[in-house]
Amino acid sequence: MKNYLYSIILITIFLFIWETGARFVHTSFILPAPTEIAMKLWELKVELLLYHLPVTLVIIAIGLGISLVLGIALAISMNISKTLEQAIYPILITSQTIPIIALAPIFVLWFGYSIWSKVIVTIIITFFPITVSTFDGFQSTSKELKELFQTLGATKRQLFFKLEVPSALPSFFSGLKVAVPMSVIGAAIGEWLGAQAGLGYFSRRMMTQFNGAGVFAPIVILSLIGILLFITVVLLEKNILKWRRF
Amino acid sequence: MREQNKKAALQFKNVDFHYKNTEGKIPILKNLNFSVADGEFVSIIGASGSGKSTIFRLIVGLEALTSGSICLNEKAVDNRSGKVGYMPQQDLLMPWRTVQQNAALPLELKKENHLDRKTVKNLLEAFGLKGYENKYPHELSGGMRQRVSFLRATLSGSNVLLLDEPFSALDAMTKLYMQEWLLEQWEQQQSTILFITHDISEALFLSDRIFVITETPITALKEIEVPLERPRRQQDLDKKEVTELKNNLLEQFRTRV
Repeated sequence: MKNYLYSIILITIFLFIWETGARFVHTSFILPAPTEIAMKLWELKVELLLYHLPVTLVIIAIGLGISLVLGIALAISMNISKTLEQAIYPILITSQTIPIIALAPIFVLWFGYSIWSKVIVTIIITFFPITVSTFDGFQSTSKELKELFQTLGATKRQLFFKLEVPSALPSFFSGLKVAVPMSVIGAAIGEWLGAQAGLGYFSRRMMTQFNGAGVFAPIVILSLIGILLFITVVLLEKNILKWRRF
Repeated sequence: MREQNKKAALQFKNVDFHYKNTEGKIPILKNLNFSVADGEFVSIIGASGSGKSTIFRLIVGLEALTSGSICLNEKAVDNRSGKVGYMPQQDLLMPWRTVQQNAALPLELKKENHLDRKTVKNLLEAFGLKGYENKYPHELSGGMRQRVSFLRATLSGSNVLLLDEPFSALDAMTKLYMQEWLLEQWEQQQSTILFITHDISEALFLSDRIFVITETPITALKEIEVPLERPRRQQDLDKKEVTELKNNLLEQFRTRV
């Protein structure tokens, strides 16, 4: 806890300045005070937590799930075949230069207001860090250890599960730590562009009503989801990579 | 000296080997013959780049012979992976595995899991690693890590062990201690050891015979019998015939540099 002391102090100061500033400006539809947002959150707690939150969580879960399967599968195939690596890797990098937010309306055109337009945005944002970090992890496998396994007569399968997978894990977790908060952003953007429910949708609806506190309230929940997901990954990492000195 | 039967544990028969690169073939071994008896301790010394490591890579099956054959226990074996114990220069322990799991790797790969726990535990004790079974490699000293690495080589189940400059990264004191330790283990296990080193004193202290690489491509190995009885102590290296031999060898390498 001591490690976080300074950030807590900094955030408290920031919130204090925000609060004073907001009270001074007194235009809550542009700049709602933190206390106003907190009260709004309390007021809307049932609607936000029971109705909109589950919708967003499902998008994040499906999006991240597909990203993991796709990313790991791509990383494994590129690791097995040099040809596949040369074919896929450049496309992968290029795909990241496409402004996804600009593309998102197309997905709404294709998939309508169904869950899939949001899931696709989430996948596109998150699969890249997962794929690249997992692939880099596989590639970081020590050549000498590979040879040692060969001298011990290891099969390809043993080499993969007992050497390459453990070698890739630290890098995989780094990628996952980047991907997890981004999945929340992806889901929110998706909902912004076309949805009938969800925290992102709710925030946008409040904007059209000039309800400043109402815009911020779901965003607070969204960032809390991001933080919780991140912490989960960190705990998972510490548990699985016990041998590392954290 | 311990009794040696006449059986050969490892033989090279007319072995040819060359590397290929863009400029063509680079011959490393040419019609090489040598033999190591069962239970013998043999060191190979030679300048760096002379092909010492290539001989090891051929034996463990990481490189394929151009022609000729390599025999293990008097039988020509074409696929030698998993057939000899190999201890590399760096300890090459996997950081995510505990000492016990690292040592047991050869058993695990051969699916001899029933042997794992008991055998490994007893051996760890015999190797002075009691109480460290569940530690990770980074928690061990350099000498301890090399002992785990040696135990892993031993557990490959082969009577032939190849040690590639295993002590070169250790400090001088630990190195002397590990040399004595290695001889103890070798005498207990009755294994055959082929040991690469560039340290002439180390080779003299450990070996029954020393193979000197005098030229590349290697057509023959110059064999030297070490005139020392066993068990040996470090001070035996100060005997007159040994110091003469050592100076001779040093002189040979000096002229080549």
